[in-house]
Amino acid sequence: MGCGAEGVTKAVLAAAGVVAEHRTELIELDRAIGDADHGENMNRGFTVVVAALADAAPATPGEVLKIAAKTLISKVGGAAGPLYGTAFLRAATKAADQSEVDVQGAVELLRAALEGVQARGKAEVGDATIVDALTPAVAAAEAAAAQEGADLAAVLTAAADAADRGAESTVDLVPRKGRASYLGERAVGHMDPGARSTALILRAFAEAAR
Amino acid sequence: MTVGLVLVSHSAKLAEGLAELAAQMAPDVAIVPAGGLEDGSIGTDYDEVVAAAQRADSGDGVVLLYDLGSAQMTAELAVESMPNPSTALVADAPLVEGAVAAAVAAQGGVSVSDVAGAAAAAGAPPDFDELPEADGDLVVELRLRNDVGLHARPAALLARSIADLDAEVSVRLGDQEADAHSVLALMSLGARQDDRIVVRARGAQAADAVAKVKSLVEGNFGE
Repeated sequence: MGCGAEGVTKAVLAAAGVVAEHRTELIELDRAIGDADHGENMNRGFTVVVAALADAAPATPGEVLKIAAKTLISKVGGAAGPLYGTAFLRAATKAADQSEVDVQGAVELLRAALEGVQARGKAEVGDATIVDALTPAVAAAEAAAAQEGADLAAVLTAAADAADRGAESTVDLVPRKGRASYLGERAVGHMDPGARSTALILRAFAEAAR
Repeated sequence: MTVGLVLVSHSAKLAEGLAELAAQMAPDVAIVPAGGLEDGSIGTDYDEVVAAAQRADSGDGVVLLYDLGSAQMTAELAVESMPNPSTALVADAPLVEGAVAAAVAAQGGVSVSDVAGAAAAAGAPPDFDELPEADGDLVVELRLRNDVGLHARPAALLARSIADLDAEVSVRLGDQEADAHSVLALMSLGARQDDRIVVRARGAQAADAVAKVKSLVEGNFGE
């Protein structure tokens, strides 16, 4: 059993909802180590994504993801725009024109997204970025998908759980990429806002798949 | 036709000011600033960068330079989105020095990769002592009479004047010698009014190169 355009749209709308809900939290996280615009930027971008999806009525998961990608690239700004935009764009490319995303397909989309983020931002695990949340999420999704009878909700929940732990791990890290890296040791003790927003978005996907 | 430049900055003022500066040294190069967000605030605007790259590209390709991290990512995304990404390059270079070096190289009519290379080399220490002495070198000593010496604009004129010649050319002041193709290396010599510089050239068009430099110096670089 897979997830078609409607299901993927629902997941992206859920992500938009969770970003709006946590806008202030993301702003506060970014205020500690950056320029306090992550929550605002993400919310602005996802708000336009919601409108764009309503206008376009995409027919495949790939189209949904592509619309989200293009909108995020253009509207989010900051580093998060190109990074999340690339993540969605690579996932869209991987989904191609398939009509449904199944369990294995979802893992492949997540991996494509991670590879896109890494290619764009050149960050590795331990740099205190989105990658610290997304890397363990992909590994957990892979492991969950290998279980017999695994469904999308279980795979995405495993990913979201791992992303939460990954985001939590950035609290103790010295950032090596992005604006927070300018703070060096002084950024220790603060969660990376990008890792947090990644964990939030994956949680929204998992909830939408239930 | 020359390679175009796009200056991607978080600040509209920075991009515009730098475009103005670089244009001083490369009057025929399309240098398009792409700074700030639509509403004038700080940030990089993907759509603006894409539009700037299209405007800067007259058919010979385009090189994009950036200031900080997310500007690099926006520039790279813009290149990937172009109909023919192989005609565009993002140069990994210090923005100001890179833009000046790239503009001068582009004015000389070189390829996209050479323009990007000139920008990237601007981050390295100036290449003094480029040209080991050899028999048959053409050597001429010249006195700088113009007000500013080998400052930015004259250095750019000099580098440009020899860009398309088949010749290795160096300029020496005292015990420091700079590759005359590098505007930044020339500026690093710090040659001022009344300084004596030694121009050395080698290669098929060495005589042309020396003649061009001589004529620039004697014409006070048009000042």
